Amino acid sequence: MPEWWTYTLSDIQSFSLHSYYRLFELYNAAIWPAQVIAVALGLGIGSGLHLPHRGSGLHKWRSRIIAALLAACWLWVAIVFHAHRYATLTCTARCFAWGFGLEAALLLWIGVIRGRLTFERRPAGLAIFLFALVVQPLIGPLLGRSWRQVEIFGVAPDPTAIATLGVLLLATGRVRWELMVLPLLWCAISGATLLSMNAPDAWIPLAATVPSLSVAVSKALARRRRPQTTILI
Amino acid sequence: MPPRSTLSRRTLLSSLAAAGAASALRPLSPAAARGPVLSRPIPSTGERLPIVGLGSWITFNVGDDSAARDSCAEVMRAFFQDGGRLIDSSPMYGSSQEVIGYGLTRLRRPSQLFTADKVWISSGGRGPSQIEESRRHWGVPRFDLLQIHNLMSWEEHLPTLFAMKKAGRVRYVGVTTSEGRRHDEIERVMRSQPLDFVQVTYNVLDREVEDRILPLARERKIAVITNRPFRQGALIRMVERHPLPAWAREADCANWAQILLKFIVSHPAVNCAIPATSRVDHVRQNAGAAYGRLPDEAMRRRIVAHVEAL
Repeated sequence: MPEWWTYTLSDIQSFSLHSYYRLFELYNAAIWPAQVIAVALGLGIGSGLHLPHRGSGLHKWRSRIIAALLAACWLWVAIVFHAHRYATLTCTARCFAWGFGLEAALLLWIGVIRGRLTFERRPAGLAIFLFALVVQPLIGPLLGRSWRQVEIFGVAPDPTAIATLGVLLLATGRVRWELMVLPLLWCAISGATLLSMNAPDAWIPLAATVPSLSVAVSKALARRRRPQTTILI
Repeated sequence: MPPRSTLSRRTLLSSLAAAGAASALRPLSPAAARGPVLSRPIPSTGERLPIVGLGSWITFNVGDDSAARDSCAEVMRAFFQDGGRLIDSSPMYGSSQEVIGYGLTRLRRPSQLFTADKVWISSGGRGPSQIEESRRHWGVPRFDLLQIHNLMSWEEHLPTLFAMKKAGRVRYVGVTTSEGRRHDEIERVMRSQPLDFVQVTYNVLDREVEDRILPLARERKIAVITNRPFRQGALIRMVERHPLPAWAREADCANWAQILLKFIVSHPAVNCAIPATSRVDHVRQNAGAAYGRLPDEAMRRRIVAHVEAL
């Protein structure tokens, strides 16, 4: 786009807030009762992250199952929300669908196939996950949105991305930047989209990036400061 | 910013002298009670267009929402009933073209429709297929006007559009810009190419085009469509917090929308303003700007001073 720097977000925003909220209303009606299943999956992930499974048969597979469930949610949002629904309002939704599909593939490859994701209990990550699962769907209606327009983890992009950030902050070892980039990017895009339409809940995805980035950066710095073990022969 | 245009009552009256010809447009219903709809001739052919059209940016991009599509169709119905003709869209506007096509089908394709769309793709080679896709969305045999959206790849698209015009597959060719961008370039295109239309942003607060673009359009006999008449609604939200000035009656304005629109279309170079709305009451207010008296130069200065002081 020529002189792209002269364009503000509202210049390229091609739909209204009303149409965006109606999109969720129609989407929720069309996919019902998938929301119930998604919330159940979310509770399952939350239990898997919170409850100790040592000694049970699930312990070995816990992390893989969590990664698989998250990948399934990202794939659902990619296909059913972005490619089929959001694309009726904006052609950029096709790019978002590919992005969400890529995140699903990364979660599958790193977390399920290679088994490189393991989790530990940390309050910050768990709080962000629970915020996306329980609190975020309530904020819209509290700010005046219809209950039929709620955004629910597993089927809507924002709570899915924010919950994923929470889960990834619980990962043991190094910060999983390769898995965090797309959720963070989506939060920025979604927040900017909502801001350009003066949405009262625009702050949610933007605010979610702050604690996620802060915890991830502090973890990365802490690991860097940790003395390295040198083996002398 | 001081007012820059010079417009006498005589100029104004002469530019609107043939307004009666618009009665031939035969609006679907009651507009005739307010007298003839005001129109201006397209310089390249003399065909007359009502001075208020209908934009579709944002407002008609409602996706698959059938209730919202029906609302848009009602907006179009009211627009035609009040004597409107020109509807403008673009492939950039999401589902707007499909929604217009849906509305036209519901309204059984009103004969007075003047179709204005755009080509918006960086590849010149893919322009024709995009235009064809747009035409299918609208469900019309051909477009009346095709414009190059924001001058994107205009060197590649213009030969295509001129060839289509020569072959009778489009009646008019134009270029667009918005928000004051690329005015130097659009001026060069206006000077060098046989355009029928140019589309620019012009409203009571954004008047940069008064300096060069509008005078050049008159000189080169190019019709002018003006977009963003209400700054995407922000301008009208600002002025509507204040009471309607008493002098509004002198220009037959019953509301702020009509003051803002009549300021735009009272410029003698402007053929048509294209406010967008998703509400029937608003489209009727907007359509009212195409009736009655238009502001003269003194009134135009007054409108600018008043709005700038708010």
